[in-house]
Amino acid sequence: MAHHVLTPPVTEAQVRALAVDDTVTLQGTLFGIRDATLIHMFDRGRTTRFDLAGHAVIHTAPNVKPVTRSAAHPAGYAPVCVGTTTSDRMERFTRPLMTGHGVRIIVGKGGLREDSLAAFREFGGAYLAIIGGTAALETTWVEAIEDVDLDDLNPESLWRFRVRDFGPLLVAMDSRGASLYDDVRRAAADRRARILASLGVAGPR
Amino acid sequence: MNIDPAVVEDVAKTLYIRALKILPPDVKAGFDRLAARERAPTAQRVLATMIDNIAVAERTDNLLCQDTGVPIYEVRIGRNVAVDGHALKTAIRAGCERATREHPLRSSIVHPLTRRNDQTSCGIDVPVIHIDFVAEPDVLEIVMIPKGSGSENNSFLRMAVPAEGVDAIRTFVIDCVLAAGGKTCPPTIVGVGVGGTSDLCVALAKRAATRALGTHSPDPDAAALESALSSAVNALGVGPQGLGGDATAFAVHIELAGTHITMNPVAVNMQCHSARRARATFTPAGVAWGF
Repeated sequence: MAHHVLTPPVTEAQVRALAVDDTVTLQGTLFGIRDATLIHMFDRGRTTRFDLAGHAVIHTAPNVKPVTRSAAHPAGYAPVCVGTTTSDRMERFTRPLMTGHGVRIIVGKGGLREDSLAAFREFGGAYLAIIGGTAALETTWVEAIEDVDLDDLNPESLWRFRVRDFGPLLVAMDSRGASLYDDVRRAAADRRARILASLGVAGPR
Repeated sequence: MNIDPAVVEDVAKTLYIRALKILPPDVKAGFDRLAARERAPTAQRVLATMIDNIAVAERTDNLLCQDTGVPIYEVRIGRNVAVDGHALKTAIRAGCERATREHPLRSSIVHPLTRRNDQTSCGIDVPVIHIDFVAEPDVLEIVMIPKGSGSENNSFLRMAVPAEGVDAIRTFVIDCVLAAGGKTCPPTIVGVGVGGTSDLCVALAKRAATRALGTHSPDPDAAALESALSSAVNALGVGPQGLGGDATAFAVHIELAGTHITMNPVAVNMQCHSARRARATFTPAGVAWGF
């Protein structure tokens, strides 16, 4: 249960060193992506001027406030409330994010599925769990919105955040085929029959 | 008592922002109860972070969660209230739009086919506005609920048949909580609708999921089922965020409606741990704020 401080872009070796139950704090650059961002990138052929290779992306669509561009707000947006959305909807985009753009880390909540876990193992990647619904806290880790692309999709734009002490995040899926979500799901499914019996549910279910 | 739509508009705006920033006291108390009995170390840390976030939101005057949700307004009108119903609905919509523009808030509402976001938090029939009537004379109450999508995406309906009995309800609730896993942002309030028509059953589940913690069904059989299912759900081990632990749900709430002799419908709708709710009560003395 090691703690890692990572400043993306990270190398394959750095991300393969992460194991479930480790914790991670991110420093520097973090990209924000969301359903529409990914649909437009991978289903509609949109491209981005950002280089995501070796980077971490977070499943988010933030609350932002348009402001005059300045050193503090280079993209013309101030972060209001930056949180994290349920990752599961975006499962099918993990592999193309890794193979097409070299993404190494996905930050999200609720976990991803088998194909993401396989992609993490094949190419070297990890899923870092943040606590969903704790956006007020998460926002205090975001220093600035440095840049934004595909902003016609606002709030589902492709965001480039500058973060400081972003975490601790929990390594919940790693490049060795381990997933805390699978472990919990299997254990819960194993308890189902006993729990239904305790409720007096008759017969095989 | 006369109700001025201009005041309703201001109240509808304020309610949306208040709901997004201040968690109701019953939910805070629910967190304390779950944290006190949680045994898993990871889950203890997750719950502590959630509790910390509630304080950070209040201290920094920020939103608890980035998800501004689907805005829902529930209006209850007393018997001695004079109000232009159409103007009331228009005012609520205008207040919702103003909150979005003036705070500003993320507009989470899009056209369902084109996915176009008008950046107003409004859309076709959104905000959702429910209007009901109550026996008290001089009161008009508006409850605002920003319903988070992570939990809303895990909504379920099963048109069971009478031969399956109450066991169908018990089994369905357990299986829905298992299927939802961490996607609903647990610990959740598991709302269960039992009876009615298909649409009413789903609406009951939503009503149950957004009921204050500590409230129980007035029907003794349903109350007993609430209690049994609350214990059962929390024995599954899904835990906060689906990362394992005891605290899977604050509670299971059940709402009932009569149903047909051939029907046995059950619906599940969940409310995430950011179980947000804000209330404004109009009386002749003015507007009072609550949850």
